[in-house]
Amino acid sequence: MAEEKKIFKVTIDNITIEVEPGTTILQAARRIGGDVVPPAMCYYSKLKGSGGKCRTCLVRVAAGSTADPRPMPKLVASCRTNVMDGMVVESMTNNTVLEARKAVVEFLLINHPLDCPVCDQAGECDLQDLSYDHGRESTRYEFERRTFERHDLGPYIQLHMTRCILCFRCVFAADQLTNKRAHGILDRGDHSEIATYIEKSLDNDFIGNVIDVCPVGALTDRTFRFKNRVWFAKPVEADRSCTKCSGKVRLWMRSDR
Amino acid sequence: MARKLLLDKINIEHIRLYDVYRQRGGYTAVEKALKSMSPDQVTEEVKRSGLRGRGGAGFPTGMKWGFLAKPEGVPRYLVCNADESEPGTFKDRYLMEFIPHLLIEGLIVSSYAIGSNRTYIYIRGEFAWIIDILEQAIAEAKNNGWLGKNILGSGFDCEVYVHRGAGAYICGEETALIESLEGKRGYPRIKPPFPAVKGLWDCPTVVNNVETLAAIVPIINNGGEEYAKIGIGKSTGTKLVSACGNIKKPGVYEIEMNISVEEFIYNDEYCGGIANGRRLKACVPGGSSVPILPANLLLKTAKGETRMMTYESLSDGGFQTGSMMGSGGFIVLDEDQCVVRNTLTFARFYRHESCGQCSPCREGTGWMERILHNIEYGKGKMSDIDLLWDIQSKIEGNTICPLGDAAAWPVAAAIRHFRDEFEWHVTNPDDALRRNYGLGNYAEPLQVMHSA
Ligand SMILES: Cc1cc2nc3c(=O)[nH]c(=O)nc-3n(C[C@H](O)[C@H](O)[C@H](O)COP(=O)(O)O)c2cc1C
Ligand code: SF4
Ligand code: SF4
Ligand code: FES
Repeated sequence: MAEEKKIFKVTIDNITIEVEPGTTILQAARRIGGDVVPPAMCYYSKLKGSGGKCRTCLVRVAAGSTADPRPMPKLVASCRTNVMDGMVVESMTNNTVLEARKAVVEFLLINHPLDCPVCDQAGECDLQDLSYDHGRESTRYEFERRTFERHDLGPYIQLHMTRCILCFRCVFAADQLTNKRAHGILDRGDHSEIATYIEKSLDNDFIGNVIDVCPVGALTDRTFRFKNRVWFAKPVEADRSCTKCSGKVRLWMRSDR
Repeated sequence: MARKLLLDKINIEHIRLYDVYRQRGGYTAVEKALKSMSPDQVTEEVKRSGLRGRGGAGFPTGMKWGFLAKPEGVPRYLVCNADESEPGTFKDRYLMEFIPHLLIEGLIVSSYAIGSNRTYIYIRGEFAWIIDILEQAIAEAKNNGWLGKNILGSGFDCEVYVHRGAGAYICGEETALIESLEGKRGYPRIKPPFPAVKGLWDCPTVVNNVETLAAIVPIINNGGEEYAKIGIGKSTGTKLVSACGNIKKPGVYEIEMNISVEEFIYNDEYCGGIANGRRLKACVPGGSSVPILPANLLLKTAKGETRMMTYESLSDGGFQTGSMMGSGGFIVLDEDQCVVRNTLTFARFYRHESCGQCSPCREGTGWMERILHNIEYGKGKMSDIDLLWDIQSKIEGNTICPLGDAAAWPVAAAIRHFRDEFEWHVTNPDDALRRNYGLGNYAEPLQVMHSA
């Protein structure tokens, strides 16, 4: 008998689609698109091991699978939970999920400086989008916010730790793209910080990627600093002659034409 | 006197040393298991005993061993969780310090059952002197042929290593412990996969508490059935309870799980009553992570039944009116203690110990601590109490590991049962700085709701 290709049916907010085994709930939701897609801050599809941390993508599994239709007792991180055949998921249609999401946004913002007007990430910031879509209008946090010194991590990158949401994406990126990671997370809990431990510059050829994977304005490009706003930039197909990578390069630059 | 299975020999002089331990019948469980039982028979015996994990969750040990994946050619590991850092819990420390060979003996038998040739004890780093004690015990066991290659001619090899932690409570969580053992940051893993399938170095792994592994010794010596005769229902055998707070006789007690909470607190064989003639106000019966109960709900369940020192009875009524056996850290508060302050102390601990991986726990624990601090120091608002409630409810269940829950539950239970005291702090800020709320009506008999 020919090997039959397995396909799983999953239903998210009453919409059923077929996906391959090994697909996560988040990926399945993204295939459906639109409102059912849970927001995701720490997951980055290209980075192995990412996800599961920020908890913005929580959903409810109302039925585990056809074989075992019991609901899951807790909300699950959709970015790190694989679909099963016959799984039923609630995202936008479940109030507990919406409440939990709102709470996560609030948690991410209580110590955030809200300095969007002077932040280079503004306009392409996942946290801005997230707060706009799922957050509250005002804060219930009445305490002084956590602050950190600003650091230059070498000639190209600046770290505003106050804006960091500890998604770990830059750490994964440096681990997986560069040949030697020189930064990581220091300390623990709410005093964790991205650091190079001994003041060190990040100067690997590919280190600029960490700026790109950073969903917020914690890692910004020093050469771009205060020079522009992302909404003024336009994509331009660029020519490249580099021996280290291949593929298309698209450059976002300001151009009046 | 209650029967003792773990601490029966604790008062024998030099029982810490191999020769004395051996003379008093030590290592017979290893002889019995390795000479006359197959690994599966050992596991069966443990299943029959009904032993439940003593590290906090109370999961049946035999069943846990049964779940272990056994792929060909892949090593399996047993890891002993000796990270004991829960405020109020200090039973494993006592056992390891005074009768270390009991743990080593339990480890050898358990390693045999699981098929672990390299077994680790992950110990809290602050227990520096106990590390020396354990290493000495391991060396003695090895010199006498209980560890190493082909133990007792059975063909079974086993080495035990002690690995010290570096001061993080979170490394008691089994997957953080495994990460730390591998030399990485102690971050809890996202599950699945569970350690039984992919644990230490991605191999099938069992993590068990010190007391759980020590209990294997009497189970093998006397048989699982004998062990199961002690206790009530699914709470079989004896349990170590570390009692502290405002009692006459703080310390580690081995109890049979068939006595009432009242007997445990007031009987001279155990805590000996409340110290200094004060009255009982509240109790955290299973370590800082479990819900606090007021005196009236502690001694009797909401149904009016006597509350017993068993897993089932302590959790009777769920979180509405019950608590948990947890890790056996029994913290007693008398009428002079402030529940708000106690809650603040716990909240500060969880804030400090959160690993910071997930946002609800990382940010929520600090927020709760600050609000509690305000309330305790006369700067709270009425709305703060509801806000606290809301924050804890948004942490609970939404995090990677149970530390988030453990941070939320004490706050929830304190507000649920002691709301009067919180409100009093808000309405009487000046008094709150000078004196405590006192006993209130927390010891008064409850009206029992009879269902129709
Ligand atoms: C934050 C946290 C801390 C923990 N600390 C300990 C500990 O110090 N000792 C322990 O035995 N179990 C601890 N546990 C429970 C372990 O994760 C695990 O369930 C236990 O070691 C299993 O052993 P058992 O089945 O023998 O109880 C902790 C759990 C959490 C979530
Ligand atoms: S610096 Fe950016 S990418 Fe790195 S952890 Fe913080 S938010 Fe994530
Ligand atoms: S719940 Fe807390 S301790 Fe556990 S993984 Fe999340 S941040 Fe870390
Ligand atoms: S995106 Fe899933 S937990 Fe962060």
